[in-house]
Amino acid sequence: MPPPSKPLGDEFLKGLWKENPIFIQVLGMCPALAVTNSVVNALAMGLATCFVLVCSSFFVSSLRRFIPRPVRISTYIVIIATFVTLTDLVLAALVPDVHRALGAFIPLIVVNCLILGRQEAFASKNPVPRAVADAAGMGVGFAFALTCLGAIREILGAGTFLGVPLFGPHFEPWVIMLLPPGGFLSLGFLLLFFNALKQARDRRRAAAARGETA
Amino acid sequence: MGDLIWIFVAAMLVNNFTLAYFLGLCPFLGVSGRLDTALRLGLANIFVMVITSSCAWLLNTFVLPHAPYLRLIAFIIVVASTVQFVEMVIRKMSPALFRALGIFLPLITTNCAILGLALFQTNRGYDFLEGLVFALGAGGGLTLALVVMAGLREETRVLDIPKVVQGMALYMILAGILSMAFMGFAGLFSSGGS
Repeated sequence: MPPPSKPLGDEFLKGLWKENPIFIQVLGMCPALAVTNSVVNALAMGLATCFVLVCSSFFVSSLRRFIPRPVRISTYIVIIATFVTLTDLVLAALVPDVHRALGAFIPLIVVNCLILGRQEAFASKNPVPRAVADAAGMGVGFAFALTCLGAIREILGAGTFLGVPLFGPHFEPWVIMLLPPGGFLSLGFLLLFFNALKQARDRRRAAAARGETA
Repeated sequence: MGDLIWIFVAAMLVNNFTLAYFLGLCPFLGVSGRLDTALRLGLANIFVMVITSSCAWLLNTFVLPHAPYLRLIAFIIVVASTVQFVEMVIRKMSPALFRALGIFLPLITTNCAILGLALFQTNRGYDFLEGLVFALGAGGGLTLALVVMAGLREETRVLDIPKVVQGMALYMILAGILSMAFMGFAGLFSSGGS
């Protein structure tokens, strides 16, 4: 494998922020909203997805010359399902509590649009190192976004962070944040916040451009 | 009989797949731009769900007891081939609908609602009839959520909305409010409870 050159690093970094799967592309929402009612669950889900994504990208990219085009989607899905089964069994053996909390959402990693999307859009067209860098970036970006959401929901909904109480005993938890609507609302307001940031930046840029021409 | 009605209503309203379990969010956010497309995608989803549910029951009863670790792979292959089949049928019968659904038709394969249905059905140990009713209820709930969302989005198009809120952020907040509204249905069965 060649030493990581600049483009490889870029493949990795773009997933973290510029093309962040959750905040920018809005892919793979189902697990992102379903399991983020605590930081631990969110982190476990993020890491599991990241692992599956990197392994499947590696395999799809190495086999890309041998997979016939008409059956490529089914092939990707079988590859992904294999790694998800592996993850499911490993989690059940190592951290049974987290496995129970995530429930049916571990097997559902198979149908995470993010994973299949990366195989179709990137891994099937690029050599192994680039595909793995891309997958790792996307995976870490996904885990990061999930942890953010989990932190917001746990802090507001239960008044704790990783199970440690943050506020005094008089804190009245916002139970709604732990319930399904809280998932939609926290992500909605996060996206709103990013929109506002982006708009402010655009306005600053436009102002700077006007200043230069004047 | 009462059990079947309870399963149907619970899957459709109280535990709505999209708004309470967050399953099938990609089409929920992606295809809900127009009312008629949303409705047709919903119907396609119901169809795929009913077939998947029957196949999942067959697999659960006859094949998987011998090889439980193959469950996930077997389910996903069933889902993928059903979707392929529906895709071919729609392409033949209604090319316009085929174009309108575009990428979201093959993506039903990765619609977590379908696989989720098969997994929930297995976890809860439903028999054939219960599974069928569960599939109809879940599909109906998905269609209901899609159609309500599409209606809301068509409304928002003629409103004067600040630019910051437009797009995904607005849809998420709309979905949050819808989800809260659907939580109200839990009161329907306060005595039965799930």
